[in-house]
Amino acid sequence: MLSDKEREEIEAEMARYPHKRAMVPEALRIVQTHRGWISDESVRDVAELMGMSAEEIDTIASSYNMIFRRPVGRHVILFCDNVSCWIMRSDAVRDHLVKRLAAGPGETTKDGRYTVLPSACLGDCHHAPVMMVDDEMHGNLTPEKIDRILERYT
Amino acid sequence: MPLEGRVTTIYIDNLPYGVKDGQNLLQASLTLGFNLPYFCWHPALHSVGACRQCAVKVFKDESDTRGRLAMGCMTPATEGTRLSIEDPEAKAFRAGVIEWLMLNHPHDCPICDEGGECHLQDMTVMSGHNYRRSRFRKRTHLNQNLGPFLNHEMNRCIQCYRCVRFYRDYSGGRDFNVFASHDSVYFGRYEDGALESPFSGNLVEVCPTGVFTDKPFKEHPTRKWDLQTAPSVCTGCSLGCNIIVAERYGEVRRVLNRYNADVNRYFLCDRGRYGFDFVNSQRRLRLPLVDGRELVPEGSATQALSATEGGSPRPAPASSEAKGAVVRRAVARARDILHGSRRAIGIGSPRASVESNYALRSLVGPDNFCDGMTSGEHRLVGMMKDIVASGPVRSLSLAEVERADVVLVLGEDVVNTAPLLDLALRQAVRTRPEAVAEQLLRIPLWDDRAKREATQGKQGPLFVATPYPVSIDDIAVKSYRLSPDDIARLAQAVAYAIDPEGIAPLVGAADPLHVVAETIGGSLGLAARPLVIAGASLGSEAILRAAANVATALAKAGKKDAGLFLVAPEANSMGSALLGGMSLDEALEAVRTGGADTVVVVENDLTSRLKEASFRALFDSTKHSIVLDFFRNRTTELAEIVLPVATFAESSGTFVNNEGRAQRFFEVVNPDEIVSASWKWLGLLSGRGTGEEIAWDTLDDIIARISEDLPALAAIGSAAPGARDVPQVHRVPRDSHRVSGRTANVASLTVHEPPPPRDLDTPLSYSMEGSPRGRIPSSLIARIWAPRWNSVQALTRFQEEVGGPLKGGDPGALLFGPASDRTRAYFDGVPEAFAPDPRRPLAVAIRHVFGSEPLSALSRSVSERIPSRYVGITPDAARSLAVADGERVEVTVRDLRMELPVRIMAGLAEGLCALPEGLPDMPYVGLPAPAGILKRTAP
Ligand code: SF4
Ligand code: SF4
Ligand code: FES
Ligand code: FES
Repeated sequence: MLSDKEREEIEAEMARYPHKRAMVPEALRIVQTHRGWISDESVRDVAELMGMSAEEIDTIASSYNMIFRRPVGRHVILFCDNVSCWIMRSDAVRDHLVKRLAAGPGETTKDGRYTVLPSACLGDCHHAPVMMVDDEMHGNLTPEKIDRILERYT
Repeated sequence: MPLEGRVTTIYIDNLPYGVKDGQNLLQASLTLGFNLPYFCWHPALHSVGACRQCAVKVFKDESDTRGRLAMGCMTPATEGTRLSIEDPEAKAFRAGVIEWLMLNHPHDCPICDEGGECHLQDMTVMSGHNYRRSRFRKRTHLNQNLGPFLNHEMNRCIQCYRCVRFYRDYSGGRDFNVFASHDSVYFGRYEDGALESPFSGNLVEVCPTGVFTDKPFKEHPTRKWDLQTAPSVCTGCSLGCNIIVAERYGEVRRVLNRYNADVNRYFLCDRGRYGFDFVNSQRRLRLPLVDGRELVPEGSATQALSATEGGSPRPAPASSEAKGAVVRRAVARARDILHGSRRAIGIGSPRASVESNYALRSLVGPDNFCDGMTSGEHRLVGMMKDIVASGPVRSLSLAEVERADVVLVLGEDVVNTAPLLDLALRQAVRTRPEAVAEQLLRIPLWDDRAKREATQGKQGPLFVATPYPVSIDDIAVKSYRLSPDDIARLAQAVAYAIDPEGIAPLVGAADPLHVVAETIGGSLGLAARPLVIAGASLGSEAILRAAANVATALAKAGKKDAGLFLVAPEANSMGSALLGGMSLDEALEAVRTGGADTVVVVENDLTSRLKEASFRALFDSTKHSIVLDFFRNRTTELAEIVLPVATFAESSGTFVNNEGRAQRFFEVVNPDEIVSASWKWLGLLSGRGTGEEIAWDTLDDIIARISEDLPALAAIGSAAPGARDVPQVHRVPRDSHRVSGRTANVASLTVHEPPPPRDLDTPLSYSMEGSPRGRIPSSLIARIWAPRWNSVQALTRFQEEVGGPLKGGDPGALLFGPASDRTRAYFDGVPEAFAPDPRRPLAVAIRHVFGSEPLSALSRSVSERIPSRYVGITPDAARSLAVADGERVEVTVRDLRMELPVRIMAGLAEGLCALPEGLPDMPYVGLPAPAGILKRTAP
């Protein structure tokens, strides 16, 4: 069941969209902000609230890779694997990250703290190599810097 | 290629061709007979340019030698367009596209149901890709259980998006979609479960691969070329969709669409596609019964002929002689009865062919012939016939419905009474917005993506007035929930709004219905092709009269393209109406007081049309009864003599659909010497004297007699060629030229190859030899196949132009003359306003696509989708009765008392309740009628 807060936020947004369908990503984002991910139940709840079928919601939920249809860790690391970062040796940094967390791309650490996801260019090439943890960007990564960053999130 | 009406010249590989204006290059190439591969384009769903398979080279002009690749389905064929299909770069590109698609496609053709009739196979061969270079693993998916109609094998998907475009965009289904992205793209439901759309079976033909295949068919997988097939007509409702029926080992195995540009075009409903299985029912009668005992041919034991499960027991092959003896004995008994009887009443059936009804009529004489309809049904259908035959407005074909621009639906719950009409209306509402897009934005009609982008789901005006919510509410600008009488009054007010001079306002001119009617009338008045839809399902003559009045008013207002579409109750209701005869109630009267002592019933289980008491009385007060039917049922139980008759799959004949179109169906199952068409049995019974002389022998004979005898039906002969019209060597083969093992099919029973059955009734043959494909008249198309086109997509080879009429014109003969010859005044008789009585709600009939039609209800797959009986009540009524959804109540209608679970129907009009008359577990009630509903007191 959606919380009152989620419901309110979605309804407030809904008023601004002429086409319900266009509003679906926003509704999903709201739920994901509250819950971290979109469960099967959440898909149904959003569908019901918006008067759409579960299929009509999930077609959108499942096609955006930033809408998580599986549980993720408390923090999501988006590690850039695009070309500028690659030139700046992101491979080595990534290997370090993966080893340190014992979780590869698409995996979550055992303690549920981090999920590591590869990402397309994060638009911060001049600080390559780059990763993003939740909403924060971290550039000029080195193995040491990674170690320090990882300490900061609990 | 005739060039009439074709105004554009295009050059394909440097040769000039004339093509009709406004097409794209793919359509044009296919129409001209070129082999240009494609996937995402579909002649009814049109172009989206997604798959890149139809690439051709397009050149600027004669001097352009480089050209550029373009998608055939997205490039208009304009004057002087030069393209190359054979260009090496274009060919390599197309082979490359297939290679990508095949990266993930399993190599499972040998065990795939689609194999041998697969568009992907055909296109792969056509494109020349034949060697796999990829070393990577294929992605795999989990499949879903989608209910009794469809298999799901997602690994075979090539992401053409046809399925989702058909299911959602074309037919309005919402429980199916595309999920995920990239390699994981998935087409299916949110979770396992039966697909809700009654058009889901079309995915079998829409999907170019083996993702969606026919589930009942999978019980006995058979390759397309091993199926014995014949053209036929659906018996599921009055629309008469054209179908191809396929047989193997004496059983019907599947039904596929048979294109008819005027009727069903590319699609069928699931009742029509999966309802055929009643033919294979365990309840089928295979031998005559005399006094309840089977006449068994000498030397045979009843055993299963087909070694397959679910096959119905039938006599093992007794000698022809022994079978002939059985027939003679049964016929002799029946004849004795008829000769000795004072007066025999014949009760026909609106579900039986024109021929069978006519045969009965001539056996008993026109004065003793009953059309087998209740008096209500009889009057309604008779009125429909008169409206269509005499009214100034034409009865439209289903295809014309798709082009209507403003529609008014009166009383019909179309998806449940004439399923494909729902699909047609979904296209009709797009007509107007798309015409605007075409005019303003110059978007060609084939550019589906752009059209949908431009119209943003806008829909043209559709008004619906029904007693309860219906499927088309989602495409209606406005739906009104009214009682049957008020629906008639609304329609009358609409007629008044259109022609205030010619029609009187409702009593109490201030009736609020006039306000609503103003809007509807105004909208119809602005239409170029307005359409009024009504039917028999609410049992209201007032609705039919008022609907006719709206149509007449439109005609008077100068709308020469106005149309009517009247939904009849059964597959041959219109044929029965044209034949004439008394109603069932009159037949009962004839038995009671008219001295009739014998009754002959043909293909009509009278319990579905008579109350128990009348049903009993009929058999009690006649001395003798002869019943001809497919199944054991309550009517055959009471009969003195029962003759086993052939279904539509085992016999041939003519149905007249709701529009007045006579259409021929042809037998596809090898004839049995005992089970035969009702008209054949009746021919034997009607032989004069005691000799073997009979009134008619073949289908040609009886059709000739009908044409001579009844002018209204004279044209049925031209529905299709007769056996006499086609010389033996040009008979249309029911077997494909690739049929395998036909000498071994019955090896389990006999090692002697039996001679192919003879067929004296039809221009088809039980053989692989006969007329070459190109010379087959459209009404005799027995399979869709062409060299290099093994799938149903071969259809383009049978059409005059892609999406247009079949070569030589579409099959069927219209029995009603042109509207210009007809004049009819307005009908009078407007009912009074409905006064709801909360204590005695008016029970109206509600229908179900699966269940309300008794033959298809016997199909195993369909039966899984049939709801059980219930009573629908308004939320107000539920409150005052203090009952919850699903709780049982006691319902009394007329003198019938039933205990039924409640369905609370939001939107049911005030003062009504709804009963699903016609469901297998629901007795005949005779609706509409006031009902008493009581909460059940705890036992
Ligand atoms: S399931 Fe069939 S129709 Fe649908 S996208 Fe895949 S191949 Fe095309
Ligand atoms: S719409 Fe009617 S005639 Fe057509 S396939 Fe369905 S049941 Fe058969
Ligand atoms: S490539 Fe890594 S941020 Fe742009
Ligand atoms: S058929 Fe033309 S792009 Fe798919």
